[in-house]
Amino acid sequence: MFDLHFLPLNVDNLIHARPEACFPPSAKCPVSEYSTIGDHEGETEMARQSYGTSTCSYDTSLLQATPVSMEPPPVSAAKMLCEGGHFMKGMVMGGLFCLFLSLLGSFRLSTESKTDDSNHHHHHVKAPSKDELTRLSDVHMQEFGNQVQVSCIIMVQPKILVYWATAVDTWSKHCDKAVFYTSESSKALEAVDLNENDDWARLRKALKHAYENAGDLRWFFVAQATTFAIIENLKYLVLAKDPNEPFYLGNVMKSGELEYVVYDSGIVLSYEALKRLVHVLKDEDKCPERGRALWQLSEDKQLAVCLKYTGVFAENGEDAHGKGLFNSKSVDSLIADSMKANPRNVVEGCCADMAVTFNGMSPNQMQVMMFGVYRLRPYGHDFHDSIVFNPPDGSDND
Amino acid sequence: MKALGSRFSFCAGFVVGTFTLYVFLRQVCFERTLSTQQASSFDQQLEEDKTIWKKDRSALFNLKHPHHTGEDSGMADELYKKVRILCWVMTGPNNLEKKARHVKSTWSRHCNVVVFMSSVDDPDFPTVGLGTKEGRDQLYWKTIRAFHYAYEHHSNDADWFLKADDDTYVIVDNLRWVLSNHTPEEPIYFGRRFKPYTKQGYMSGGAGYVLSKEALRRFVEGFKSKLCTHTTSVEDLAMGQCMEKVGVLAGDSRDTLLRETFHPFVPEQHLTAKFPKSFWYWSYCYYPISEGPNCCSDVSVSFHYIDASHMYLLEYYTYHLRAFGYRYRYQPPAPLGYNIEQSSSHDAAEGKKELTSHEKGQGEGDDPSRTDKKQDIDPPPAAGKDPPAVPSGK
Repeated sequence: MFDLHFLPLNVDNLIHARPEACFPPSAKCPVSEYSTIGDHEGETEMARQSYGTSTCSYDTSLLQATPVSMEPPPVSAAKMLCEGGHFMKGMVMGGLFCLFLSLLGSFRLSTESKTDDSNHHHHHVKAPSKDELTRLSDVHMQEFGNQVQVSCIIMVQPKILVYWATAVDTWSKHCDKAVFYTSESSKALEAVDLNENDDWARLRKALKHAYENAGDLRWFFVAQATTFAIIENLKYLVLAKDPNEPFYLGNVMKSGELEYVVYDSGIVLSYEALKRLVHVLKDEDKCPERGRALWQLSEDKQLAVCLKYTGVFAENGEDAHGKGLFNSKSVDSLIADSMKANPRNVVEGCCADMAVTFNGMSPNQMQVMMFGVYRLRPYGHDFHDSIVFNPPDGSDND
Repeated sequence: MKALGSRFSFCAGFVVGTFTLYVFLRQVCFERTLSTQQASSFDQQLEEDKTIWKKDRSALFNLKHPHHTGEDSGMADELYKKVRILCWVMTGPNNLEKKARHVKSTWSRHCNVVVFMSSVDDPDFPTVGLGTKEGRDQLYWKTIRAFHYAYEHHSNDADWFLKADDDTYVIVDNLRWVLSNHTPEEPIYFGRRFKPYTKQGYMSGGAGYVLSKEALRRFVEGFKSKLCTHTTSVEDLAMGQCMEKVGVLAGDSRDTLLRETFHPFVPEQHLTAKFPKSFWYWSYCYYPISEGPNCCSDVSVSFHYIDASHMYLLEYYTYHLRAFGYRYRYQPPAPLGYNIEQSSSHDAAEGKKELTSHEKGQGEGDDPSRTDKKQDIDPPPAAGKDPPAVPSGK
């Protein structure tokens, strides 16, 4: 029978108590160990003795039985509390407490989360849908197609020579211009030797070099040699975009307040963005050559910081359905993930049809992807795309 | 005591309440962060399954073969109607969940009819029980019984009968292209041609092979008349020997650039591996082997030793991933006698309409399957025949 005269723990005080963690639930509540009921001070002492560092770490100083009346809970709850007994009271308190904690927690959960939240209207760049394309005449379309020219900036190192060779033999053939930049020279490697071991300094030099030698090219794609890119799909993404506007696209992640394009899934820069970047690179305050913080920011984050100063913000590249086009994982890794997450719809749930990049594939897998993208197809299924991109000269694997 | 008990129950209640709400909230939050591309729920998928397949006895009849949004599949649809293929998949009760299930979710959806052949009847999957045991030594028994089953139950449902393993990936649309210049009345079968032990060669079992209706009829007849018997458990060789005995021709399945379409290994091996010269493969292949990109046709039909994740990968590469606007180097010539709706090559379509259907499957000489295919991408000189249609350009 519920004995009102005697409330083991003043509910009011419990609200102000600060148990450590909501989860995992600790059943190591000292209540059951209390020796005598009436003697609260003794209880506190007992609790401290048997548990040392508190497990159910109530602020035990508050465990005084003060004759404070309980705040009247909502009527139905009051009924419950009166009738259900201590257990129910505990349950309700626990639930409310957890709700409170999770509300607090949700404010802190935004670091390092992907910004594919559809509320961020400013931070997505979607590829044109089929309807949008059909609105433009064929002549216009082919003009766009011819105008979108991509200059590929591919970062290599002698220790991954085989990736350089693979990039040369596969996807880089579809760039309008492909220049390889290396950290140190090597006889086997045909690349611009930047003679620089620091990743960020190397990226700066490469981008400056690419800008100075841009010629007529207005789109720049920066990738490491371990990334595989489908340049036609990149062109499709930026088809109707003006390179004299600043664009900084790719797979966007958020680190604290900074939104940046992840390096290993490729970085796309329009001419305007690159121009602004090259300009701000000269500013040692905003964009120091050796990185400013005590801890080194990775070069993709550094890039984002510098670009932010010039008013250029990272945008996530997506297809018309909102699926990301730039992938930091390999295609087989994404398929494996999809087999676990959507076992009944593996392929549809995996990757975009017009994906632009995959990362982390072996050279052999890249050759297979070359075959899969540029050659293998089911006979009788045609996409009458409004633009035609011709195969490159002197190539046999596409 | 009472107080003890009540304190304990309060705390226990607190803990339970916390935990319950935490779990509840987590579920709710998890639901909210799911991306838009999450798969439909289980029930929805079952409903979708019902709209794709019609289960009739132990066969799955395809109600609508998959289409992609935004694609023009006119030619594929026409071939689907005219070149009907029954795919039977060699599997076993232990492989239904590991392998056959993935075949069911991927390439078999492009067949007109698919039947899963096992030693044990399973009405749910569904599989046909062939009444054999499992094991490598049973392979030819299973094959014999499977083909007999297909002939007895489904000879009117298809024109061509494909045998594949549960680790073979088949691109059925491309198989239709290979078969499109032949008729089911020809006694012919296609696959990856091997040369030893037989006069005309035989087809690799793992890479899959397909029999015309006439070839199947002769196969069944051969067993009735004891011309063919269970000679060995080496299924593909035994098959080839029987085919030879009953006068079924071993066809040439290569494309017009003489690149192979049926493949006994995974794509990576054909495209990148250098097989050692001592490897049996070199001495087995009927036609000269190409390593590197020329190993494999753009309209490849099959690959073997494909595990579950590789099946989905191949499905993604074949039917999904593509380069926007890319004009393929190789344009496979359209089959004779088919109408293609082309905005740009209207003349080609006109030219094709003039060809009558008796042009298809003309057997001349000892390799009739090749004569139609000796064309290049450019229209060949007319060698006593009307020149076939110019390949469809983009």
